[in-house]
Amino acid sequence: MAFLVCVAIAIVRLKDLFAVAMLAGIYGLLSASLFVSMDAVDVAFTEASVGAGISTLLMLTTIAMTGRSEKTSGHKPLLALTVVCVTGALLIYATLDMPSYGDVNSAANLHVVQRYLNDSFMEIGVENIVTSVLASYRGFDTFGEVVVIFTAGIGVLALLSFSRREKDDSEIDSINESMHEEHLVVRIVSKILIPFILLFALYVQFHGDFGPGGGFQAGVIFAAAIILYAMLFGMSVARRVINQSFVQLFAAVGVLLYGGVGVVSMLSGGNFLDYNVLAADPVAGQHLGILLIELGVGIAVAMVVIIIFFNFASRIGFSSEGDKL
Amino acid sequence: MTTVLGLYNYWIVVVLMMIGLYIVIANGNLVKKIIGLNIFQTSVFIFYISLGKVDGGTAPILVEGVELYSNPLTHVLILTAIVVSLATTALGLAIVVRIKEAYGSIEEEEIQIKDNKEC
Repeated sequence: MAFLVCVAIAIVRLKDLFAVAMLAGIYGLLSASLFVSMDAVDVAFTEASVGAGISTLLMLTTIAMTGRSEKTSGHKPLLALTVVCVTGALLIYATLDMPSYGDVNSAANLHVVQRYLNDSFMEIGVENIVTSVLASYRGFDTFGEVVVIFTAGIGVLALLSFSRREKDDSEIDSINESMHEEHLVVRIVSKILIPFILLFALYVQFHGDFGPGGGFQAGVIFAAAIILYAMLFGMSVARRVINQSFVQLFAAVGVLLYGGVGVVSMLSGGNFLDYNVLAADPVAGQHLGILLIELGVGIAVAMVVIIIFFNFASRIGFSSEGDKL
Repeated sequence: MTTVLGLYNYWIVVVLMMIGLYIVIANGNLVKKIIGLNIFQTSVFIFYISLGKVDGGTAPILVEGVELYSNPLTHVLILTAIVVSLATTALGLAIVVRIKEAYGSIEEEEIQIKDNKEC
């Protein structure tokens, strides 16, 4: 844990944004291992793929466009420091009332949690309690989450997609091709690896019931494989393989699949997202429902992450052009 | 001594949270502000996960012969929160890119100066 603080302080001190972004990646990985040590395997999985993977990637892409050095600001940080110290002191004073770490009888570990732990296997039939709570008991939350990430995808699309020029595409191509001849080993190795990454994503997707994993992690891993491909073989090649409008369509299909499961369960006489009515046997219905909505989450997340990356990446050529003008 | 050990996690959380807040307030660079926001978010994640940890418990995946599990509810909440943090980061960075294109800078002060000139 002290490592985390060290890395965070280094982030404050450094001016080079490239190093800062890499440190942010290390920070994400460190917090992921911390989550493993605190028994939160699902969370660690997600944090490792998001914090250390996708966020760092997006930051690097942004830095490629905006320049890597940070200017020293003129104003004094003293006021900010005082505010931060006072708030911190108050918060530490507040922690004195907190239950101590690992307490079985703390308020957070009583009430509804006991029911999840004792009865969820009877009701849902899924070994991984995190999956059953995520997809079934708190299905509304997860639906909201999918809608949020879908909205973010739309937002990025709206902000970055227009006013791209055809000429830039060909320019990027020539840069890409010259780069690719140099990295022959990397290209061949990752060409072998990509199918395995995709397979692993599918494994994580359908194994979420029994072990850590699920739709979200699978979606991010799937997108990572596609992004790796795009980085090595150039945007235009990747764009030819994966059609942009196809990706956008499937992002919507993912969200609709989730919502559709809810509507179908309503039409069959249950509540929204009540999977018991989907099959004759309630537990089988729950299984089916969870499988379908995890699939919806996986598709939506993978496609949105691909959309976000493609839009950022195709922007690089454009803004460096803008700098010259 | 037991109080110190029992509250150690929460103190780290507070320190991390304040570092994040400091970056957001004191740094003029917009990309760094977003990284600060990320640190702030992560500190909240660690706070929730620490709350859900049970001494001697294991990960909440049902296995025969294990009685004590950590709290699955906090894990679920944080899983959702991480996804939302990815969404906000992506959207924030997209806005930064647009600002860079419109103003030619991502330093807060330079943007302010340009804005004042136009008024």
